[in-house]
Amino acid sequence: MDPVTFLIQSLNGLQYGLLLFLVASGLTLVFGIMGVVNLAHGSFYMIGAYLAFSLSALTGSFFGAVALGIVLSVVFGLLLEWALFSRLYHRDHLDQVLLTYGLILIFEELRSLAVGDDVHSVAMPDFLSASIPLTDTLSYPVYRLFMSGICIVLAMSMYVVIQRTRLGMRIRAGTSNREMAQGLGIDIRLLFRFVFAFGVALAALGGMLAAPVSSVFPGMGSQVLILCFVVVVIGGIGSVWGALLAALLIGFTDTFGKVLFPDYAGLSVYVLMAAILLWRPAGLFGRA
Amino acid sequence: MNLLEARGLHTYYGASHILRGVDFTVRAGETVGLMGRNGMGKTTLIRSLLGFVPPRRGEVKVRDDTMTGAPPHRIAQCGIAGVPEGRGIFPNLSVRENLVMAARAGVGGRRDWTLARVLDTFPRLGERLAHGGAQLSGGEQQMLTIGRALMTNPDLLVLDEATEGLAPKIAADIWGIVRRIRDTGIATVLVDKNHAAVTAVSDRNVILVKGEVVFDGSSAALHADPALLHRHLGV
Repeated sequence: MDPVTFLIQSLNGLQYGLLLFLVASGLTLVFGIMGVVNLAHGSFYMIGAYLAFSLSALTGSFFGAVALGIVLSVVFGLLLEWALFSRLYHRDHLDQVLLTYGLILIFEELRSLAVGDDVHSVAMPDFLSASIPLTDTLSYPVYRLFMSGICIVLAMSMYVVIQRTRLGMRIRAGTSNREMAQGLGIDIRLLFRFVFAFGVALAALGGMLAAPVSSVFPGMGSQVLILCFVVVVIGGIGSVWGALLAALLIGFTDTFGKVLFPDYAGLSVYVLMAAILLWRPAGLFGRA
Repeated sequence: MNLLEARGLHTYYGASHILRGVDFTVRAGETVGLMGRNGMGKTTLIRSLLGFVPPRRGEVKVRDDTMTGAPPHRIAQCGIAGVPEGRGIFPNLSVRENLVMAARAGVGGRRDWTLARVLDTFPRLGERLAHGGAQLSGGEQQMLTIGRALMTNPDLLVLDEATEGLAPKIAADIWGIVRRIRDTGIATVLVDKNHAAVTAVSDRNVILVKGEVVFDGSSAALHADPALLHRHLGV
């Protein structure tokens, strides 16, 4: 592989991994903090992509669509937690799987009723649609760099909030001992409701950012959901930093798998997962 | 003024009837010893007062507000801070984070207790600010939970078995701290196996037997009747 192709594939792997992290971080937070297995998490990604499609048509601007889409998905997440997920915390995983699987079907059906089953594309903003030429024939799209940049900024902001602020300390305290945190006057239910909504918004934002490069199609949520679970399992359930590392590993493995072993590309991610679980059964950052 | 007032509390764990009509009050600034053998309902009473186990019947008032069945965080926000048995530090947070996460103004906006004042009261914690909560010794963990409760600027501190499992010297330190906290005007409820140490600091004592109050009186009244202590506490 020549150095330029290697660079391009590395950037692709990085961008793919970071996007995966954005979507999976919400899943691992909700799973780790609230103990809820949320199969509908991929649907939030799908909903985000469709929001980007519908709202860019409505507002005439991609960034207008993203801003409005984030607000809508936070509100959606708050309502969903209040109406349904808050009732799942003390139920066993089977109940959670049943409800959240049902939600996937409902969300897909609603999407079909609202915007139909066609494949759509979303135009990227003009000033990001250029490519940076690397050689005479190879170039790299600015939009993918922009996606990576947004994801890096968000990952760093999450790090600061979780590790450095009182809000983050309270979330971590609630994860380790919910009752004790309540005893110190912290409204854990409300706190977790916002964590959930934040996770929904991150997944939806992932879908919105991906829309211009991946197109918008029915079932795009399930594809992402499976990879998100792989991220959560490799990273260790509930670990945000584990999810970041796992998502990057998957991004690079998948990207270079497709280049180096095109015949077995579909397997590479699962081989990676099996190998890591044999080595560390609780995942990279998991507590066994 | 009654800071905390419980009337006719009946609390169940499933089908077992643990508290059978308990009356329990704490006046502002008062130190109350809560006594009884194991399984007589002390911890259940505390958990009912703090909102962790809602009583099935009866009433809990904080000052003039009825708080029966209120969630624990609401009761905590009224200035009632519990230090549970087993301590409940957050092992995934550093010592500093354990303290800072709890900081809030007390009722009426008081901010008497700051990180600096807590560290002044517990110098040992100051040396270990960056340590993880799980790396502390038992005595340090107890100091951390008491310090953390003080960070909420409470009017009432409920200490459940604060010296349990501690070496005598460390336990003596904790009793010294309990005295200092009492002297600042914070009311305290004390549960401890060391009855002599409790009555040495308490204004009033309540003895629970099988979920009922069998004695409610001053430390002097309790000492005047050794048979009472012997019968209900086995000492």
